[in-house]
Amino acid sequence: MTKSSLTEINAKPLPQDTHTCWSCGDMRASHFCGSCGKVQPPAPVDYFTFFGLPPKLNLDVSTLEKDFYELSRKLHPDLNARAGIQEQEWSLEQSSLLNDAYRTLRDPIKRTQYLLHLEGIVLEEQSKSATEQARATGEVKKQIVPPDLLEEVFELNMHLEELRMNKKTGDDDPALFEEIGKAKLSLEAKHEALLHELRGYWTDWDTLIDRNHGSKAPAEERAKITAKMVDVLNRRNYIRNLVRDVNAALEV
Amino acid sequence: MNSDNIVGIDLGTTNSLVAFMQGDTPVVIPGDDGLNLVPSVVALDANNQPVIGNSARGYLIETPERAVYSIKRLMGRGVEDIQEELKLFPFRVADDMQPGEVLRIRLGDKTSTPPEISALILRQLKRNAERYFGGPVTKAVITVPAYFNDAQRQATKDAGRIAGLEVLRLVNEPTAASLAYGLDKKRNGIVAVYDLGGGTFDISILKLHDGIFEVIATNGDTHLGGDDIDNLLITIALDDIRGDLGLDLRRNAEAVQAIRKAVIEAKIALSSQPAVKLDIELPQGKRYQREITREQFEQLIQPIIDRTVGPCKQALKDANLKPEQIDEAVLVGGSTRIPKVRALVKELFHREPHTGLNPDEVVALGAAVQANILGGGSQATENMLLLDVTPLSLGIEVAGGVTDKIILRNSTIPASATQFYTTQIDGQANVAIHVLQGERELARDCRSLARFDLKGIPPMAAGIPRVEVKFLIDANGILHVSAREQRSGKEAEIQVQPSYGLTDEQVEGMILDSFDNAEEDFRRRQVIEARNESATILAALEKGKKSAAWGQLTTDEKKQIAKMEKALHAVSAEDDYQAIRKAIDALNQGTTRLAELMMDTAVSSALKGKTMDETDLGEGPTAPHPMAKAEFE
Repeated sequence: MTKSSLTEINAKPLPQDTHTCWSCGDMRASHFCGSCGKVQPPAPVDYFTFFGLPPKLNLDVSTLEKDFYELSRKLHPDLNARAGIQEQEWSLEQSSLLNDAYRTLRDPIKRTQYLLHLEGIVLEEQSKSATEQARATGEVKKQIVPPDLLEEVFELNMHLEELRMNKKTGDDDPALFEEIGKAKLSLEAKHEALLHELRGYWTDWDTLIDRNHGSKAPAEERAKITAKMVDVLNRRNYIRNLVRDVNAALEV
Repeated sequence: MNSDNIVGIDLGTTNSLVAFMQGDTPVVIPGDDGLNLVPSVVALDANNQPVIGNSARGYLIETPERAVYSIKRLMGRGVEDIQEELKLFPFRVADDMQPGEVLRIRLGDKTSTPPEISALILRQLKRNAERYFGGPVTKAVITVPAYFNDAQRQATKDAGRIAGLEVLRLVNEPTAASLAYGLDKKRNGIVAVYDLGGGTFDISILKLHDGIFEVIATNGDTHLGGDDIDNLLITIALDDIRGDLGLDLRRNAEAVQAIRKAVIEAKIALSSQPAVKLDIELPQGKRYQREITREQFEQLIQPIIDRTVGPCKQALKDANLKPEQIDEAVLVGGSTRIPKVRALVKELFHREPHTGLNPDEVVALGAAVQANILGGGSQATENMLLLDVTPLSLGIEVAGGVTDKIILRNSTIPASATQFYTTQIDGQANVAIHVLQGERELARDCRSLARFDLKGIPPMAAGIPRVEVKFLIDANGILHVSAREQRSGKEAEIQVQPSYGLTDEQVEGMILDSFDNAEEDFRRRQVIEARNESATILAALEKGKKSAAWGQLTTDEKKQIAKMEKALHAVSAEDDYQAIRKAIDALNQGTTRLAELMMDTAVSSALKGKTMDETDLGEGPTAPHPMAKAEFE
C-alpha cells in the first residue's frame, strides 16, 4: 500500500466550468472532451448525473452497459497511460467513479438504496457485519419483524432450533426438513412479491420526476414514495437474512 | 531500435519469461542460452555473484545453501504466515529477524528480502530483452496471480523498481492469458481461464465483448500448484527411503534436491506415459527405485487438484453463471498438462477445455499485449481494453473487532469508497484506522494491510470533526488512501504502517546498487560495440583511400571526409557510445559517393575480365561499408 498523491490533487482548485475542456476549450466536454478526447477533471456529481441520466429508477441495464463500455474506452487508465501525470490522476479518479456508478446503478436494490441515500435517508443497517458488530459489542440491534411475518417467523425459528438440536444428537427427521423446505419456498415467494411491489414504487417515483420536468418535486410527495421504498427494503432484508439462515441450517 | 520498448514479464514461481509485441504478434524473447523459459532460480557463485535461471539450477544440488527457488511463495508475506512453507521448502530465514521486519532469506553469506531476490530474476529478463533490442529496457508490465493481495502486489512492484524497471502495470495472470487468447480469436462470449501454475492457482471468468475483456469474477489460492505435487512426491519418496533403506535423508539438502529433480521429471513424464520408473542414486551407495503408474499418481494428487474445485464453484456463483453458460474453458499454467487436471476442468465446466495455448508462455504473451495497449496500441490491439476486478474485499476494522467491508470482491478496478470518521474525545487530534483485506467477518481472520493514523485533526468537541477518508484501488489492484477533515477543510496527515512490505526508503536503498550496476554494464557493453564498429569503418576507409576511386573525389570532399575521420577517432577514445555512433553515422553518410565510385570501378574491372580480387575493392562483397548495400550477381 502506498500513500497516494490524491490528497494533493484534492487540494488543487479545479476549473469551475467542468463542461469546457481544460485542454482545447471545447464546450461539450463532461468526462472527456468530445473534440480532442482528453480526460477532464472529475466533477462532484451523483451517479445518475455521471451517466447523463435523470434520477429515475426504471433503467435499461443494457443501455447502461453500452454507455459503461463506451466511457471506459475514454476514461480507463490503460488508455491514458502516456498522458501527463495530472491527466493520469484524473483518468484514475474518473474511471473509479465510472466503475462505482455502474456497479451501483446496474443492480436494482443498490440503485434504490442509492436514490434513498441521495434523498438523505439513512437505511437501517441490516448487513451481516452490522449484525456481527452488534453481537460483539452487546448492543441490541433494531430488528424490525414485519407484523405479517410474526407467526411464520416464530414457527420457522422453532423448526430451525429443532434442526440444530438434531444435528448435535445425530437425529434425522425428514418431516422437519420438509417443513423447513416449505417455509423456505414461501419466503422466496414473498421475496419475489416484495421486488414486484418495489418496482411499482419505482414507477410512482419516475412519474413524479417526469411530472416536475426536471425541477425538484415537492418534498412531501417525494417522502411519501421513499417511505414506501424504505419499508419494502427493510422487509426484503429481513426475509433475505431469514433465507440465508435457512440455507445455512439446511447445509450438511 | 525503438527506445520505448515496453516488455511484458511473467514472473512465475517456477519459470519466468519476457515477451514483447513484434508488429501484430506477441513473441517471447529467449535468453542467451536460446531458451524461452528462465527458471526462477537464483544462486550465488563462488565469487558471490548472482547466477540466474538455467545456469543456477546446478547449484540447487551442488550447493543448495547458495541457491533459492519458488521465492514467489514468500512475496509480501510475514514470517508468521510462512511456517507451513518452511516445512516443505528449503528457505532459510535470517537468524536476526526483528519483529515487524520484512522477511529476509539467507543466500550464501548474505540475506535478502523476497523482492530483492525476485529483482535478480527480473534483471536477468531485462538484460535478455536489452540484448535482443540492442538498447536499454526500462518499462515493463509484470503479471501477478489474480488472487494476490495488496502486500503481494506491492512486493512485486517493489521487485520491479529494484531491478531498474518502471512497472507500468501489474496484470493478473489469467487475464493476461485471456488477452493473448482473445488477440487471434476475435470472438464474443464468456470464457473461464483455469490457471494452475507452479505455485499458484487462479480462476477468472471473463466476458469478451467487442474487444473489451471484462472480468466478472475471480478466485483462487496463492499457495496451490505444481510445487505441492512435487512436495507430496518428495515426502513419499523420503518416507519410502527411511522405511525400506533405513536412511533418513530429510535433513540432507543435496539428496532432497536430487529426489526433487527426479520426481519432477517423473511427474512430467506421467502426462504422456502410463508409468515411469524412479531410479535415484543416494548417499552411502544406495539407490531408490520405484515404479509409479499414472493411476497411482492420479490417486495421490487427487486431494491437491480437488482444492481447485471450491474456488471455481465460488467464481461461478459470484458471476451468477451456470457451468453451461461458459462458452470456453481455457487452460493456462504448466500443471494443466496433467490429464487428470484436464478431466477435472471438463467436469467443472461441462465441456472439453481449450488446450490450444502454450500453457507456459501465454501469460507472458498476454503481458506483452497489455504492454502494447499501454504504449498506445497498434492495429492488432486496437479497441482492446481490459477491465479487471479486485479479488478480495477491502474492509475497515470497526468496534468489536469486526470487518466492515467497503469495497466488495469482484468490483471492477479502479474502484473507490469514501468513509467518514469522527472523534470520541474532546480535542482528539488522531484517529486510528485499520485496513483489512479478505472475506471473513472478524478482523483477526482477515489480512491486515496497514494501520493508519489520521493526524492533525483540528481540536473540536467529540463527534464534531468529520474526516473524509477515500480508499481507492488502482488498476494494479493496489490501495491508495487520502483523507480530509471536512469542517476545517484541512488535509489530514496519513501515517502509513504497512503490515508487510518495504518502505519507499528501503526500496530506494535497494535500487541504487543493482540499478546502477545494470545501467553501467549496459553502457559499457554499448561502448565496446560502438568502438568495434568504429574500427571496422576506419579500416574500410583506409582501403578506400588506396583505391582508384579516391582520386575521383574533389579536394573538398576529401577534406570533409578527413574532418569526419578525425572526429570519429577522437570520440572513439571517449566513453560516450552515443557520440561514437553519431560520428560513425556521419562518416557513413560522408563516404557514400566514395562507396559508389568504388562500386563502379569494381563493376568495370569485372567487365574488363579482371577478377574481384584484382580490383581495389579489398575484402569483396562481404566487406563492410563503404561498400554500402551493393549486391553482386
